[in-house]
Amino acid sequence: MDAVLEIAGLRKTYRSRKGVRRALDGFDMTVGAGEVHGFLGPNGSGKTTTLRTLLGLIRPNGGRMALFGEEVPYYLPRVAGRVGAIVESPQFFGNFTAQDTLSLLADAGGLRRERVTAVLELVGLRDRAKERVRTYSLGMKQRLAVASALLKEPKLLILDEPANGLDPGGIREMRTLMRNLAESGMTVLLSSHILGEIQLICDQVTIISAGRRVAAGSVADVLAQHTSGAVKVGLEPGVDLIGAAAILKAGGADVTVQTDHLVVGNAGNPAQVTRILAEREIYVSELSPIAADLESVFLELTGTAPIEGQNRQVDQVAAGWGQ
Amino acid sequence: MSLYKAEIRRLVKRRATKLFVFCGLLVLATVAAGVFVTNQKAGPETVARAKAEAQANYQQAVEDTNRAIGECQAAQGTAKAGDYPPNCDITAPTPSDFNPDWYMPATFDFRNRFPSMVATFAGVLALVAFIIGASFVGAEWSSGGMMNLLLWRPRRRQVLGTKLAVLLAGTTVLTAALGVIWTAAFYVIAMARGSTAKMTSGAWQSLALMEARALVLVLVAGALGFGLASIGRHTATALGVAIGVIVVLQFGVGAVLGLANAKYPELYLAPFWIIAWMYKQYVAEDYHSCAVSLTGGCQPETFTITWQMAGGALTLLFALVVGVAMWTMSKRDIT
Repeated sequence: MDAVLEIAGLRKTYRSRKGVRRALDGFDMTVGAGEVHGFLGPNGSGKTTTLRTLLGLIRPNGGRMALFGEEVPYYLPRVAGRVGAIVESPQFFGNFTAQDTLSLLADAGGLRRERVTAVLELVGLRDRAKERVRTYSLGMKQRLAVASALLKEPKLLILDEPANGLDPGGIREMRTLMRNLAESGMTVLLSSHILGEIQLICDQVTIISAGRRVAAGSVADVLAQHTSGAVKVGLEPGVDLIGAAAILKAGGADVTVQTDHLVVGNAGNPAQVTRILAEREIYVSELSPIAADLESVFLELTGTAPIEGQNRQVDQVAAGWGQ
Repeated sequence: MSLYKAEIRRLVKRRATKLFVFCGLLVLATVAAGVFVTNQKAGPETVARAKAEAQANYQQAVEDTNRAIGECQAAQGTAKAGDYPPNCDITAPTPSDFNPDWYMPATFDFRNRFPSMVATFAGVLALVAFIIGASFVGAEWSSGGMMNLLLWRPRRRQVLGTKLAVLLAGTTVLTAALGVIWTAAFYVIAMARGSTAKMTSGAWQSLALMEARALVLVLVAGALGFGLASIGRHTATALGVAIGVIVVLQFGVGAVLGLANAKYPELYLAPFWIIAWMYKQYVAEDYHSCAVSLTGGCQPETFTITWQMAGGALTLLFALVVGVAMWTMSKRDIT
């Protein structure tokens, strides 16, 4: 699959009186044509900096970026017509209507005005198009932002938190829109904190933490790489869970007792669990692998899982990645 | 070209543009109406009345002088003699002390008084251009519109340059159109409430050049507002700098230079450079000096700010602010 977007060794450093902060520290990412690619990372991890740098809004301190095989930012004007993007929260001049806002962009890009009507219809703003943007809710502004990104019929759509401010119906519509766009051949790069959405929509994912890539690949591969091999063990009612746990521990298992079941953490061979218990006439009623979800993988990789009694700070991430 | 057309639409559509152009027009209309109301045409009857009033006042002054001389002479040898000059040397008035022109009602002489109306026109439109220029790009920065546009047109200097070109072109069209209307309005006022005499081709040429200088002043003001707002990425930056310059540099520096008895304090104050630009020169005088003159006794030393010097200063200011705005546009991150 041809790469639509390639980033290698991207670096961006901010210097201030308080010191030097490396927002991007050799970040890599590749997005193939036709993918719906999820871009994940905790707050302050460098997601938006990456997107802004890619789109020529921020100058990098090093590294290489390419869109459609053209080096950017040098050749960005050549490929900008094929890239639709919204970066962070939608921002528009409040006194113009949605119609005016998009028609001015269409004029600037030399597009047909009919395209404005089409995208307003697509994002559900047709009937509110003649109202001033300042009267819009956050969700409506978000829809307008998506409309502005779709206006030039891009080949690559970059959306930074497109579900921000959307109601549940809007989130579902956005998900369907993403899927439809991908099916039409558009490549979509989607940055989001809603990990369930990413898991549902995206086929590939890149996770960034502290300015570096910590995981990349298909969603299934990333999940598989971080599945622990733990199994949930359910026993017949009335069986002493603590006693059963002791038997398994004596057999070398890493066991955690839960309210109504056991979790065996190092169950490389689950049959071993049933055999050990059956030898003591304890019979298993449920034996199922515990699959990792994207959220737990994300929290593990980025080191941002909440710790009881601590207030995690924005730049506080997994040991080894911190700055 | 598509960007240029889009920016023209954006400039014309903006409420701030409409509002401040309307305010400018309102001020100009008020000035014109004020001039119309406070002036009147001076016909032969008015001139004759002024001459008669001047003559009557002259006669009255002569009589008062003669009476004072008589009283002085009568007071000689008494205690009241000290109230009068020695030898009753009281100078008699002359007819030239009672110029009939001074008894004329206000009348709008186009040739003499229209230049100050051109200066007023330039001042009002320069202020309007400054605010519109600042708002045009400042609102784009603060609303995020500039970032959106750069996602479509990732050539930063071209985008900013096109916006500036649109602003200057729009300002030129507005100033030129209003300049024609302004001139025509005051010509009509002069015909109705004054005089259009002595308007030779040379006088018209001089007025046209002054209006051209007014246009340059308005364009520089617009570019300064635009440039400052772009450097600060907010309309308020330009307005803040303008207020800062007025309060700190003009009033503050003016006061300090006055206290320090500086030689030509006007040289450090922008309004006098603008006067020099509009009226072709401004002569600053050093009141603390005395140059002996064969004809006029003690004359202060002078320094003339020519329109060429003022034009050079305007060019320098324009180049500096627009240059820095372009530089920051191409170098600074857009966050």
